Amino acid sequence: MKKRPNPVTNPYLAGTILGVVLYAAFVLTHSGLGASGAISRIQVAFAKLVWQSHVDKVGTFAAMGAGDHNPLDHASVLLLFGTFIGGMISAWYNGRMKVEIFKGPKITNIQRLIFALIGGAIMGYGARFARGCTSGQALSGGSLLSVGSWAFMMSVFAGGYAFAYFGRKLWSN
Amino acid sequence: MLPIDVIALFGKIGGYLIFILIGIGFGVSLELAGFGDSRRLAAQFYFKDMTVLKTMFTGILVACLLIFLSSGLGFLDFAQISVNETFLWPGIVGGFIMGIGFIVGGYCPGTSLVSTASLKIDGLFFLIGAVVGAGIFGETLPTFEDFWYSSFYGRYLLSDWLGWSVGATVFAVTIMALVMFYAAEKTEEYFRNEGTNKPWSWKISRKAYIFSSGVLVIVSVIIWALGQPDPARKWKMLEGKYSGMLNSKKVFIHPLEYIKTSNDANVKLITLDLRPHSEFQKFHLYGSVNTKMDDLLNPDFVNPYTQLPTNGVVILLAENDSVSVQAWKYLKVQGIENLYIMENGVQNWNNLLADKKVHGEPINLSSPPSEVLELFKKDAYTPKLKIGGKKRSGGLCG
Repeated sequence: MKKRPNPVTNPYLAGTILGVVLYAAFVLTHSGLGASGAISRIQVAFAKLVWQSHVDKVGTFAAMGAGDHNPLDHASVLLLFGTFIGGMISAWYNGRMKVEIFKGPKITNIQRLIFALIGGAIMGYGARFARGCTSGQALSGGSLLSVGSWAFMMSVFAGGYAFAYFGRKLWSN
Repeated sequence: MLPIDVIALFGKIGGYLIFILIGIGFGVSLELAGFGDSRRLAAQFYFKDMTVLKTMFTGILVACLLIFLSSGLGFLDFAQISVNETFLWPGIVGGFIMGIGFIVGGYCPGTSLVSTASLKIDGLFFLIGAVVGAGIFGETLPTFEDFWYSSFYGRYLLSDWLGWSVGATVFAVTIMALVMFYAAEKTEEYFRNEGTNKPWSWKISRKAYIFSSGVLVIVSVIIWALGQPDPARKWKMLEGKYSGMLNSKKVFIHPLEYIKTSNDANVKLITLDLRPHSEFQKFHLYGSVNTKMDDLLNPDFVNPYTQLPTNGVVILLAENDSVSVQAWKYLKVQGIENLYIMENGVQNWNNLLADKKVHGEPINLSSPPSEVLELFKKDAYTPKLKIGGKKRSGGLCG
């Protein structure tokens, strides 16, 4: 492992690679990239371990894991697994594989982790609400010119910029 | 012809392996862009680092150009690509919630995964939060289910909304993206934060940027000039794939099978009657839609039928089979999954059923009851209808 991490790639180059991967996903699998669908499946898999009857009852859970249906037996989960591996490979190669907590300078580590957890929950909730996350909706639907995906994308940026002022202590120096 | 179905082609294991490989490519590109770092992602919203916008829109633009170029050149069947269906207001509300989550948590689901993969603890906490959030959503959905299913537009492209051709829309998106990139560079110059904004690994000159922008614009103009194939041209592209279904008569169903299907509550049956309006007025099957050949070339007319649920079946009916075969070709290439022709059209129907009686009464020729089937031998027809196929809408995020 290198001591100093490599600088990040030019965003336009990274974006081009991303676009080519997205295109490959479309022509090989009919659909684009995604993460939130698989995250829901993991959630349903956990729920199944502790409370099967409840999974059968809640509509969106049952669709993925009713009865003896394995919620993880789905292409999106494999894609998620691959994304994790890909992240590891690139991080390792570029010397960014390091235990750390990224945060703004004004908050403590514990505060950051609490906000990450809350933010994750808000994001997980929103992603289900919007039927897709930044990758599944904005990226995939956006490249196919789907009206809903573009409206979604604008809305994510609008929500971020509208709320940025209130969250500035989390990130600013 | 693209797209291919890797699971059908290589089996489940091989197909899943390809999904993993695509995932790896996705993970690598996110990590390369520096999306494993929440500070960089959040900085987007403080104008200090516009990497998110630049990378995302480059990805969208590149994929968009590749897709519509391949479709225009005739080696990609766009009807088979699953487009995220539009639920307008739920998408907008969900997006706004995600924007807030972005500020609070610093990641989105995909990037938190990459962050976790590179051992960032905040990424892991975010990911755990996202799993919990998805669960809370499922629990609370029943309270606003009506809203969640509202403002549904199905497969609805910007070009449909604007009333422009796909090519013109692609061109406009290209120009918009390039203007946005320029604005992003200028914005960063004002707000740049020297602390977190380290130089990139791949510096290219101003000339190279102008050159690549030029390439993108030229490609979009080529897409516009090529146009997207109309159904007649698409049939030429796809003849090899579909003509076997016509030649083997696999898609021609017997009137009795139609009766069976129309009395089956589990099937959502759409009947398109291609006869002239005057004939239609004299007699037509119950629930059938009188359709002109021109309608079949009109996306507004055809789109709803391409988005039927998996139990949806479209059956074509005409005076003779040559008309229905032509219609079948036009509709098949536009992506209707379960599409059939009633063999020999209305004539066969009348010949077969005109003198039939159930319980001593002549039957209603427009919607015969299933009891009619008992008047015929069990092997009076070969059942051909297969309900099912893949529901491709929604994709991986659904």
